[in-house]
Amino acid sequence: MSGLSIQSISMRFDLPNGGHVQALQDVSLDLKAGELLSVLGPSGCGKTTLLNIVAGFLAPTDGKMILNGHEINGPDAERGMVFQQGALFEWMSVRENVGFGPSMKGMPKTDKAEIVDHLLDVVGLQDFKEKAVYELSGGMQQRVALARCLANDPDVILMDEPLGALDALTREKMQSLVLKLWKETGKTIILITHSVEEALLLGERLLVMAPRPGRIHKEYRLPFAEMGVDADLREVKKHPEFAERREEILGMIWDMEEEIMGRTEAAT
Amino acid sequence: MIPFLIYVAIFVIAFFVVTKIAQRSAIADYGSLKTVTFGDESAVTPNRAASVISILTIFLLWGMFTGSALLPKFLHAPGPFEGTGTFEYTAQAGNERDTATVTVVVHPIDTPTEAPEVAPGDGWAKDDSVAIGMWRSGLLRVDRNDELGRGDGAAVIEINGSKVQPGDTVDVGFATVTISDKGTPNIQPDKGWQMEPIWLPAPEAVVKRIGEIASEGFRGSTLWEHLGYSLFRVVVGFFFGALVGIPLGYAMGLSNWFRGWFDPIVEFMRPVPPLALIPLVIIWAGIGETGKIILLFLAALWIMAIAARSGVSGVKISKVHAAYSLGASKAQIMRHVIVPNSLPEIFTGARVAMGVCWGTVVAAELVAAEQGAGMMIMVASKFQNTDIVIMGIILIGIIGFGIDMLMRWAERILVPWKGKG
Ligand SMILES: Nc1ncnc2c1ncn2[C@@H]1O[C@H](COP(=O)(O)OP(=O)(O)OP(=O)(O)O)[C@@H](O)[C@H]1O
Ligand SMILES: [Mg+2]
Repeated sequence: MSGLSIQSISMRFDLPNGGHVQALQDVSLDLKAGELLSVLGPSGCGKTTLLNIVAGFLAPTDGKMILNGHEINGPDAERGMVFQQGALFEWMSVRENVGFGPSMKGMPKTDKAEIVDHLLDVVGLQDFKEKAVYELSGGMQQRVALARCLANDPDVILMDEPLGALDALTREKMQSLVLKLWKETGKTIILITHSVEEALLLGERLLVMAPRPGRIHKEYRLPFAEMGVDADLREVKKHPEFAERREEILGMIWDMEEEIMGRTEAAT
Repeated sequence: MIPFLIYVAIFVIAFFVVTKIAQRSAIADYGSLKTVTFGDESAVTPNRAASVISILTIFLLWGMFTGSALLPKFLHAPGPFEGTGTFEYTAQAGNERDTATVTVVVHPIDTPTEAPEVAPGDGWAKDDSVAIGMWRSGLLRVDRNDELGRGDGAAVIEINGSKVQPGDTVDVGFATVTISDKGTPNIQPDKGWQMEPIWLPAPEAVVKRIGEIASEGFRGSTLWEHLGYSLFRVVVGFFFGALVGIPLGYAMGLSNWFRGWFDPIVEFMRPVPPLALIPLVIIWAGIGETGKIILLFLAALWIMAIAARSGVSGVKISKVHAAYSLGASKAQIMRHVIVPNSLPEIFTGARVAMGVCWGTVVAAELVAAEQGAGMMIMVASKFQNTDIVIMGIILIGIIGFGIDMLMRWAERILVPWKGKG
């Protein structure tokens, strides 16, 4: 009963010019509670659309989703979202941002302060508690976004390229942080990324999507997330299977991209 | 033309002098480390020295060309001739010529002076005298006291020994003398380069006038009352404009129906300059306070509505989504996301609206008012009280500037996150 079940979701966008885009076609997926899923795919294959549907921001044209036994319709605090960037509230301090969810629930001040303090410790931003979010670096801002999401104690965390805007070094640290939080909190996480390495590192399960119409192309079960929980991620990357999988998936996506390019060229 | 050339000269000289001095005492700050400054907008900051010199230059030129007492004499532009000068004319009647002297007293306009008594002198052409105000000119019928006048065929043929015909002009040192078509000398004493006080009073005259009006008042109200009335109208009109405009803008940003209903009205009213509404408002509400406040209300209303609307529509959808995912209700999203997110836009709108209101109130008072800054300069201009007009313009400028500064300050304090999203 517990877990997320996505049942033959389809999504069709009608365009103003009368045409339409089939962004998703018959996507089905079952996630057990506590699973970490990463999603890869060429640009425009419907990753963001899928995530927005799970978050409840979009209603699918077909299909339904069941979370812990009830159907999803509309956004809810049980499904937290971490955006790529720019979704923090810049009129609030770091503390107020992290405490936003509890405030909305009307949680007593002391309980809220405790949660916020704990999470700021976890993401290492205790010293920046009273700072305005726009005074923080990009990596720090994403840590605030993570903490804000966790403060609500959601069942599922949805991340749309959460580390996409960070530099390589910060990104690696954040990847370790995500793994640590996943293990500690036992949350179900869906993480979209453009980086094959990141998808391999941060996916117990890895989904490769194909475009036009957006659909699931291939699924993997991977050992690297589990390995990376307490290890140096650079060591994990040296694993022979890691390189093998990376090449395989890169080739797969490369072929898809090439096919898209060919198709658009033929169309013009 | 000459003031402009002096202005350009000061600009150029000050530039070279200041940059020389600045180079010598160059501080190695961040900006000076840049190799690319041309085209880098952030590398262009106002040069404080230039600002100070610029303001001083304006006052310097003002003082120079009005003969201000605040400036040492040698800096004054040549003033108009003042004092007594003489020239000679030669008249001819038939074959008889005679020469006589004309004494001209040039006096300040505000001290009436009689033409001095002069002895008639020898010959049939008698000596003359005349009093002329500074910057003025005077026709002198030199033949009127002569024994042979125009009726006898006498005519002026020489001025200071040079031959003249009607239409000719002769420089006699302190003045120019032009022979009119009828043969009468027209004396124009040197005007110099200074401006006449009725066109441009000296700075100290304006300052003095500020003091006078501040203590004695103008048209039954003190200076502060006049300015206070204008400010009061702006504040009240703006207040009501914001009170109605902001909720209206929010409604337009949040509801299709409101957007559809008010879009045509707002989009139509936005390009109508508030000044164009003055006649209608006067017809409907008269020239009293109500009319002015209605006008300013209308001036502020559309600006505030549009600012609030774009503040609401400008909210990043990811912020709203984030708030929903964090469990916020619609009311909470309104209060904690949409309102704070729109505040910077509303403040920008408020600053624009205050500026427009200030301009509009002055214009409205120019048209018709019992009190107010605009009324003060309008009435003063009718009486050629240029000092009051200039004083009024300066005070209106200072207040407008002050309002803007105040709004900027409030913006920095109240919405420090502006432009940081
Ligand atoms: N609101 C919309 N209206 C019309 N078409 C849309 C809309 N949102 C997405 N699409 C289309 O749906 C398809 C999938 O878009 P989506 O944003 O989900 O892709 P993505 O996989 O997230 O791409 P990227 O990796 O570039 O973020 C695209 O072809 C896009 O043009
Ligand atoms: Mg996307």
